[in-house]
Amino acid sequence: MSEQPAGLPRLLARPPGATRVDLAAHAATHGALAMPGPRRGGDRALRELVAASGLRGRGGAGFPAGQKMAAVAGGRRAVVVGNASEGEPASSKDRVLLATAPHLVLDGLALAAAAVGATDTYLYVHTASTHARASLDRALAERAAARVDPVRPQVVLAPDRYVAGQETALVSLVNGGPAKPTFTPPRPFEKGVEGRPTLVSNVETLAHIALIARHGAQWFRSLGSAEDPGSALATLSGAFPADGVVELAMGTTLRQLSDDLGGLPHPPTAVLLGGYYGTWLRPDAVWDTPLGHHSLRSAGSSFGAGVVVVLDQRHCGLAESARVLAYLAQESAGQCGPCAHGLPAIAGAFSRLVAGRSSSAAAQAQRWAGMVAGRGACQLPDGAAAFAASALATFAEEVQRHSQHGPCVASRSTLLPVGPPPRTEQDWL
Amino acid sequence: MSTRVRVNPISCVAHGLCAELLPERVTLDDWGYPMVDSRPLSAAELAHARRAAAACPTLAVLLVADPAR
Repeated sequence: MSEQPAGLPRLLARPPGATRVDLAAHAATHGALAMPGPRRGGDRALRELVAASGLRGRGGAGFPAGQKMAAVAGGRRAVVVGNASEGEPASSKDRVLLATAPHLVLDGLALAAAAVGATDTYLYVHTASTHARASLDRALAERAAARVDPVRPQVVLAPDRYVAGQETALVSLVNGGPAKPTFTPPRPFEKGVEGRPTLVSNVETLAHIALIARHGAQWFRSLGSAEDPGSALATLSGAFPADGVVELAMGTTLRQLSDDLGGLPHPPTAVLLGGYYGTWLRPDAVWDTPLGHHSLRSAGSSFGAGVVVVLDQRHCGLAESARVLAYLAQESAGQCGPCAHGLPAIAGAFSRLVAGRSSSAAAQAQRWAGMVAGRGACQLPDGAAAFAASALATFAEEVQRHSQHGPCVASRSTLLPVGPPPRTEQDWL
Repeated sequence: MSTRVRVNPISCVAHGLCAELLPERVTLDDWGYPMVDSRPLSAAELAHARRAAAACPTLAVLLVADPAR
């Protein structure tokens, strides 16, 4: 094992002055990588190393990466897909990672393939991420010239749809269908790309594996806690002095994060963690909670894919929630009745709350959120329901104020980004 | 081995027969789609559940066997 780097950044480490780490700089920054040879059934030692590191998937669900690999490794002719679809509009960490350190992702993809005995690899990249795609294309060319990878990964473009990154939607697209979720079982680890066992792994997860293979499980655990080890990329927006992607040690608190960035110009009024599948919280409820999958779940929230939005008085949480819920309703693939009907109903109730026109809208939204959760082929209704319920709890005062005085001044300005509406079936391809 | 009811939400188009044939386990939401109580079925309920699954025009009602816990 090479010399072990201390502290941060890990994934975003780069030579002074460089914005993108090319293949030569990659080797100089991170050291050489001993790639295990092909082995029937995959490389067990490598899977055990990943399991020992405690790495959790960085795509949102936070499932233990070693366990996920083990589920695929038993099957024949496995496939690995690196997922950089990043359909969450408030997240940009995967595209920043690909634009900055594409070789960590590609090393991780090759390692994951070796670990599960995969013969084919894919990268599933958000179609609108032009910097990330250009960086990835250059990296693939650099590696082909240097003969780094035994198998050249195939790049597949993910349409700009919120649910296109769901594992079953991804498998559907790679198999030639629309990027819409499918009913499970079969899950991709049983029957995925071309009907083969398929490991779908977020690209940040793969990049961590590239470093764990170099420096070891104990090194990975030298940051973070026992349950939430390592570092993570997070996308910050809102009240922070600057928006953007940071790499933080798991367990960092929002207080530390805002202090490190020089403090917040305006006092925070609410926090959104976990993105649009996540939860709104009052700042005092979460300001000193360690950020991580395990710690936030205990606090009734989620780390998700590392989206951290801090609201201040310049923006209205109720109006922001209404816009996001309208977006999530628009992003329903329309396949499951409870989602196709329930999400627009919830979004409609929220727009009535913003307008201050309905005394029953809060109860309606609450009822429908409870009704749709758990009833789709994918987790879109569950995510929207959790988002809506946490908004009702966190913005109860705003609901009152709007019903008495109508929409507030702050509800005219917008913070949270949303994507374009789908127009035709072509938008799912 | 226990058996429970599941609905394939993509296949389901809200005919609602399941709620008529298996009211002890299925109620309809505000848009007519089934909300299922998916706890393990008793022997008496199992017969009704089989009938509901067979009657569904889109075959969206599934009986899922759980491995013994």
